[in-house]
Amino acid sequence: MNYKVFLIYLFVMAFSTYLVRVIPFILIRHKIENRFVKSFLYYVPYTVLTAMTFPAMFFATNHVLSAAAGFVAAIIVSSKTTSLIKVAAGTCLAVLVVELYFI
Amino acid sequence: MDFKRGMQDSISIALGYFSVAIAFGLIAVDSGCSPVQAMMISMVCVTSAGQFAGVTVMATLGSYVEMALTQFLINARYALMAISLSQKVEPKFTTVPRLFLGSMITDEIFAVAIGQKEIKIKYFMGLACLPHIGWSAGTIVGGIAGALLPEILTTSLSVALYGMFIAIVVPQVKTSKKTGIIVAITMGISSLIYFLPQLNFISSGFAIIISAVIASVIGAVLFPIDDDNEEGEAE
Repeated sequence: MNYKVFLIYLFVMAFSTYLVRVIPFILIRHKIENRFVKSFLYYVPYTVLTAMTFPAMFFATNHVLSAAAGFVAAIIVSSKTTSLIKVAAGTCLAVLVVELYFI
Repeated sequence: MDFKRGMQDSISIALGYFSVAIAFGLIAVDSGCSPVQAMMISMVCVTSAGQFAGVTVMATLGSYVEMALTQFLINARYALMAISLSQKVEPKFTTVPRLFLGSMITDEIFAVAIGQKEIKIKYFMGLACLPHIGWSAGTIVGGIAGALLPEILTTSLSVALYGMFIAIVVPQVKTSKKTGIIVAITMGISSLIYFLPQLNFISSGFAIIISAVIASVIGAVLFPIDDDNEEGEAE
């Protein structure tokens, strides 16, 4: 990608990410009391990650079946362990096996 | 001593980041970035989900507003973590170190740091070092490997990020039925946006924002979090 275009995107991306982390870190030193805001913030990580994964993951490989295998493998492994490496490896392996032998 | 202790505690995070960053490197190059550009993104952003959405916005030449909004929402969870951390840091952890170290708040680093009785500056620095190196190094390895490895391998590796996202959601769904319902609602909304031809004009970045905001509002209305215990689960 052309560096001029890239650097503007990178700046917007890095700066907004930085602000999200640092502003609350500096300014908010008390507990959030508003129940709605608290609850909304509680759900955000899970809804964001879910929206990023579903259904996009199913179209990220060469065939929807291999992606589905990775999806199922990720759920099974992550319900048994919290190790990031194991979940990542299990997901990749499931996709690879299905792509190699079934498609 | 605190610095060394932090580094020791971060070794497994760094290894995990290295492996997942390979996936990010592959995806970034696939989206039109060079391996060096991919590494630059990792060095200054340090956010898996945010970077992943970011290169998607770049690949589609989305607007800067879309880019900023996507980052704000996807990384909103870090704001929550920053607030929690800010209540446990040592008094010496003043505004200036916060300006420098705040950008290293990630899901895993937060999870380890919050387990401390009092978070020392040096401990946090030690904790941040290796994961940052692992994340950046893994990215460039992935970016370069993308051109060398056979397509079937890069495809398989590129799903590692999704695996990591699932690994954050699943344990929470297991312990909280409410979160499970909200996650299911999110899946429904994002599928509607993806598959309904009438909603096809919505770009991927905005699709994430819309699905996540609607589902989180539903969650906050239907199942508000009221005690500290459940708030703690969000971490």
